[in-house]
Amino acid sequence: MPEPLLRVDSLVRRFGGIVATDRVSLEVAPGELHAIIGPNGAGKTTLISQLTGQLMPHAGSIHLAGRDITGVPSYRRSALGLARSFQITSLLLDFSAADNVALAAQAHDGHSFHFWTNARKVPHLRRAAHAALDRVGLGGRADVLVSRLSHGEQRELELAVALATRPQLLLLDEPMAGLGITESARMVKLLQELRREVSIVLVEHDMDAVFALADRITVLVYGRVIASGTPAEIRQNEEVKRAYLGDQHAVTRHV
Amino acid sequence: MKVRLDARKAAAALVVVGLLLLPLYTSLSGNVFALTLFTRIVIFALAAASLNLIMGYGGMMSFGHAAYLGIGGYSVGILAAEGIGSGFIQWPVALLASALFALVIGALSLRTRGVYFIMITLAFAQMAYYVASGLARYGGDDGLTIYKRSDFGGLINLSNRVQFYYVCLACLLGGLYLIWRIVNSRFGMVVQGLRSNEARMQAIGFPATRYRLVCFVISGTLCGLAGALLANNTDFVSPAAMYWTRSGDLMVMVILGGMGSLFGPMIGAIAFLLVEELLSQVTEYWALIMGPLLLLIVLFGRGGIDGLLGRVRRA
Repeated sequence: MPEPLLRVDSLVRRFGGIVATDRVSLEVAPGELHAIIGPNGAGKTTLISQLTGQLMPHAGSIHLAGRDITGVPSYRRSALGLARSFQITSLLLDFSAADNVALAAQAHDGHSFHFWTNARKVPHLRRAAHAALDRVGLGGRADVLVSRLSHGEQRELELAVALATRPQLLLLDEPMAGLGITESARMVKLLQELRREVSIVLVEHDMDAVFALADRITVLVYGRVIASGTPAEIRQNEEVKRAYLGDQHAVTRHV
Repeated sequence: MKVRLDARKAAAALVVVGLLLLPLYTSLSGNVFALTLFTRIVIFALAAASLNLIMGYGGMMSFGHAAYLGIGGYSVGILAAEGIGSGFIQWPVALLASALFALVIGALSLRTRGVYFIMITLAFAQMAYYVASGLARYGGDDGLTIYKRSDFGGLINLSNRVQFYYVCLACLLGGLYLIWRIVNSRFGMVVQGLRSNEARMQAIGFPATRYRLVCFVISGTLCGLAGALLANNTDFVSPAAMYWTRSGDLMVMVILGGMGSLFGPMIGAIAFLLVEELLSQVTEYWALIMGPLLLLIVLFGRGGIDGLLGRVRRA
């Protein structure tokens, strides 16, 4: 078996007395789209935040392409090929869409201690920005201030920003959150295209989307992994069904 | 191409032309006082513009910016008192001392955010104030008289009012040009991005603190230059230059003129010092009028005077 792109070993993170991440282990193979699902409060965002380095785990380890990144600060993880989108849209609201993406490209174009040349006139940064915007279908909205974009467009911009850092692994924290039906469908289609180019860890509540997209699914409940496998295996899993008792239809709808 | 005339640019251009032509007016009218007043205004405009770089563009609310006025001033004053009168030595020392001070207090205070950052920068400036008060050899509380202005050989004579005014104006315009280049550069984009959303900037791969720190140092250095000019202007430097109310004045100038706008602090400095001058001729309680004025600007004119101008539409 090849070295997994991402390997998480017995990760633990506590908040006071609550164990938000309880000895979580999982592996993501290169090219895989790995979904993480679980009821509210299962610790999905906490897990993602530890993967990106916004939160430090109390125990366990994270390896990216064989390299231990457990203690590596978040800005350097980005340089190693890890990109994230935020559950609650996190963009530079007073910048244009193109500026947001160009900054992401700039972050991976050497240091930014350039004090004199106009950053908006650096051709390769602008090209990278427009390429990423085109990729997510925002090519025509490049010069619009982010605060003026619709929620759906902002979600797409989140993706463009992540793509502009040319990641090996994309961590998407509920990219469908707050989207309408047509917007969700567009996002699913976009992710279907992107998964051919980059490995993805997807945290998502939209079960239709998860079962349509995922190669493998890990189910978190109260910070623990209760099941991990292909979508078919997860559907059959009794423990998952029990955990989702209230939402049972959500898991079994596709059977 | 049609040239778009907007009120902000027009106002900024008008002010700059006015400042350039001011000595002409004063020599024709013999109104020397106006030149003295505007020399002071131009120097404070430079200090306010430097503060705007970190406060307006960088989102770092420094409440200790007057410290650099004092450090720049004392560099000139102390060297002059020790018999080193050359501006070619005094001014670089003033810049270097300010940069070093900014580097040290920046490295410590940039670990904090928000109110804590305001408080810690204030604390450092007050420390500088008390250190200066304790410099018995250099006048202590009473301050230090500078008997001879910085000497630039035969190049320029700072004792000549008009020449000194133009030196100050050149420093201001040069400073504004530098800030303009910086804020549009890659570095400036990063600093403004950090003001807007630090978590996002970290996530796309920017180490926040080192960019902020460099910005902090540039700003402090520029303000140190203003300090060296101010000391030459008054032929005197005292701890009062660093007192916290002075830092507050600088903040008011920036907010009054418009945070994060290039010419805003210049306009703010002119407005603040002119109003102060005019009102103080009428009453010694001028601050009683200044206060409500500022309140109105903050409440109703978001973006300061520059922001108000931005909303003026051409019919």
